[in-house]
Amino acid sequence: MSSLSVSNEQATSAAPSKVKVIQPAWVRILHWVNALAMILMIMSGWQIYNASPLFSFTFSKSITLGGWLGGALLWHFAAMWLLMVNGLIYLALGLATGRFRKKLLPITPAGVISDTKAALTGKLSHDDLTKYNYVQKLLYAGIIIVGVLIVLSGLSIWKPVQLQWLTALFGGYDAARYVHFFCMAAIVAFMVVHVALALIVPKSLRAMIIGR
Amino acid sequence: MARKRFIIPGVDKKLLVRDAAKVMPDLTRRRFITGGASLGALTLLTGCDVVDSSSAEEMLKKVSKFNDAVQGWMFNPNALAPTFPESAITKPFPFNAYYDIDEAPEVDGKAWKLEVRGLVDNKKSWTLDELYALPQVKQVTRHICVEGWSAIGSWTGTPLRDFLKLIGADTRANYVWFQCADKDGYNSPLDMASALHPQTQMTFKFADEILPRAYGFPMKIRVPTKLGFKNPKYVLSMEVTNDYKGGFWEDQGYNSFSGS
Repeated sequence: MSSLSVSNEQATSAAPSKVKVIQPAWVRILHWVNALAMILMIMSGWQIYNASPLFSFTFSKSITLGGWLGGALLWHFAAMWLLMVNGLIYLALGLATGRFRKKLLPITPAGVISDTKAALTGKLSHDDLTKYNYVQKLLYAGIIIVGVLIVLSGLSIWKPVQLQWLTALFGGYDAARYVHFFCMAAIVAFMVVHVALALIVPKSLRAMIIGR
Repeated sequence: MARKRFIIPGVDKKLLVRDAAKVMPDLTRRRFITGGASLGALTLLTGCDVVDSSSAEEMLKKVSKFNDAVQGWMFNPNALAPTFPESAITKPFPFNAYYDIDEAPEVDGKAWKLEVRGLVDNKKSWTLDELYALPQVKQVTRHICVEGWSAIGSWTGTPLRDFLKLIGADTRANYVWFQCADKDGYNSPLDMASALHPQTQMTFKFADEILPRAYGFPMKIRVPTKLGFKNPKYVLSMEVTNDYKGGFWEDQGYNSFSGS
């Protein structure tokens, strides 16, 4: 009897006014594959950085991947496929479904300023997770651009002869290494804020896992 | 076969299927379980177990082989490495090896002969004077190390493809394999397409001076379309061969093609 009513309830709710999906399945899958690929790329990238540091610091071996330069390069050049293929599907679907346009645009300076103020004073509303506030829009749009840049600068370091036009676009081989590094730094900074906020607003994390 | 194995390169088939299964609309209960599973899978995959396991190593080796093929396909035999004015040359040009400079080979130029083996018509050995008599060209190009740093240098010598033609090498063979005088024995295979690239050079001079000991006297192979470790120094012999004979660094895990 009770099970009958439950399935009835589900049937009706699954009809016209079904449960509101905050994050569609394709976004969730691509998000977590990207998270995995990014972690592999960054940890192996730190090990590669250590072989010839750009600055006066190196990354602790405990947070790097690969064990040594050769191992790190194997990981980096394997995970790059995961990152690139996943990223290309994300860009294609984001454009084709209109998700980027609907979710991320428009971004107005006034909106960003007022939402930043609201966020810092703890007055930002999280009632409707399907709508991004202006700070989210700016950060999410920004990190997509950084994601494109880190792949392109990476390609120009990998293939400075075959893709020399791309390397030249970044100001040459040595400059491209710095671009690649700073894109990594931006992504790590984003991840720190992103993960912290997801934990502060757990229902946003739940939506990225189960959709609602 | 390679295409069947990698539906999407680098993506595990089983994981892909499991993720794809999640796309299907399902009961709330199910969603909850799979939601949890995706987090669990992430923890598992980023954990140390995978990093150390031999299955991960096998997978990485396969991807590296796949990357060899991709790079071979990307390689444009007519694309020249960028050249620079003499003013751009890095001074001092770094010495780099897996040993200290005082352990660098000391080759007696008078006794040294370049040995030629394998799929060639004329297997005669070459003295340094005979090699110096061949037409030479100079290039100022960027040397890029697998570690990431780079330096611009000036190298003068004979295009390898001219020499290969001279000795009647079978240029349809897969590799030119170099053996060197470095301690512990250095060697490295060079794919034929790169060996025939117009800028690939048997180098006898650095910065217009006879190649110093630090940079590979009496002969180095300069390949500006490859990472530094694919530019062997202190060369003793070359073998034209269809077999992949491995290399000092290649055997330890550096990607074999390592093209720039």
